[in-house]
Amino acid sequence: MTDQQNPPPRRTPLAGVHEALGATMTGFAGWLMPLRYGSETAEHVAVRTAAGLFDLSHMGELMVTGEGAAGALDYALTGQASAIKPGRARYTMICAPDGGVLDDLIVYRLAETEYLVVANASNAATVAAELTERASGRGATVTDRTDDFALIAIQGPRAAGILAGLTDISLDDVRYYASYPARVAGRQVLLARTGYTGEDGFELFTAPDDAAPLWAALTEAGSGPGLVPAGLAARDSLRLEAGMPLYGNELSREITPFDAGLGRVVKLDKPGDFVGKAALAARSSAKPERVLVGLTGQTRRVPRHGYPVLWEGEPCGAVTSGAPSPTLGKPIAMAYLTAAAAAGAQAAGATAEGLAVDIRGRAEPARMVPLPFYKRPADT
Amino acid sequence: MSVPEELYYTAEHEWVAISETTARIGITDYAQRALGDVVYVTAPAPGTRVTAGDPCGEVESTKSVSDIYCPADGEVTEVNPEIDEDPGLVNSDPYGAGWLFKVRLDSGDQLPPGLLSPAEYTALTADQQ
Repeated sequence: MTDQQNPPPRRTPLAGVHEALGATMTGFAGWLMPLRYGSETAEHVAVRTAAGLFDLSHMGELMVTGEGAAGALDYALTGQASAIKPGRARYTMICAPDGGVLDDLIVYRLAETEYLVVANASNAATVAAELTERASGRGATVTDRTDDFALIAIQGPRAAGILAGLTDISLDDVRYYASYPARVAGRQVLLARTGYTGEDGFELFTAPDDAAPLWAALTEAGSGPGLVPAGLAARDSLRLEAGMPLYGNELSREITPFDAGLGRVVKLDKPGDFVGKAALAARSSAKPERVLVGLTGQTRRVPRHGYPVLWEGEPCGAVTSGAPSPTLGKPIAMAYLTAAAAAGAQAAGATAEGLAVDIRGRAEPARMVPLPFYKRPADT
Repeated sequence: MSVPEELYYTAEHEWVAISETTARIGITDYAQRALGDVVYVTAPAPGTRVTAGDPCGEVESTKSVSDIYCPADGEVTEVNPEIDEDPGLVNSDPYGAGWLFKVRLDSGDQLPPGLLSPAEYTALTADQQ
């Protein structure tokens, strides 16, 4: 193994903060990231009941600017970027010509001719290259600004209350999937009401040098309300409970948005052509061969990524993500099943026998349940 | 990381406390830290014959599952009754209340072969960090 093949992981502007907190650090998509600070289950529960603070500075930030930015993104992505109002954001995908998912993205329209595209760390380079190529000749410039941004998320039912005391803007005016330039603890940020936990919460894009002071200010403001730092382990179990896909698990080059039950992000009737349109149009009207479903384990053994799913004793699919759910108190999993098996399990009813996960050689009974596993209580 | 002086260890991160002809077995502090929160333990039932080096149970944590390898030949005499109800004991007290099972040793009151001293185990984990 040479250094060239295996470069040292990149450090976020907050890596030293995590180390000082005693975090267990892990390599993730080429970055050194906090996996957990103490108990990941306690971090998970804190986000559900109070609030958690996350370092997401590994995410890719790509700026798309110019008179043709809206048109270029309409062509490059499955969603209709031109229909996003300035100050709003959308969840969308970038697909290959055959309809396979290259990444799932959040696109923020910052101004008429300025978009911020947030990509998964593992795909940021691919997305940057694809966007650059697809924008070429369309009057738009794509710039990889990942190194210019730190990203801090504060998530949980008490996130708004903690943040409100530190900012000059009224958070009541910041709707879900909206973003505003704001000052938080005296630092300039782009404040967005987005997240990946199933809770209310905010993501703060800021200059790298402002990340540590912001983290400290949020930590202090949150000390009374129960804010804790939360690592990637909690982030993964939170998003799984919320039924949100993870690229590399539920999404990949071999999966179309329709397979993942996310056909709603494909805007087939937007004006003009877009990459993958023909293939995706065909997929939208075809019967899906596989279906993404939710499973709960009926024993305490946990279905994990890659484990076979059995319907009436026969393999019918595979688990994409699985974990013990702190909120439900039992194992949960997402899995791709053949359409026939999913329909069979559905028709047989929620308590039907016949569905199982092969957990290291033993068939453990499972139930098919609607996604998401967890939905936050409605605002009162 | 804690490596008590009075215990023996395996390269698979079990610890062994030997008292006359019985071994009490658990996983080390290093192992519980690497695993994260333990949610479920499958230990071999009393009466099971176990063979040194063979997997004889599993420790399930939030992110992964790991085999428990039996450190010595013998017969299982007892399983920690608290662990099923509170698997988090493996995290909070790995060398105490978080013990997993006991084995009557085939070697009798002789030390079973192949175990590591505290110094050897400390060196092993230092290499893995």
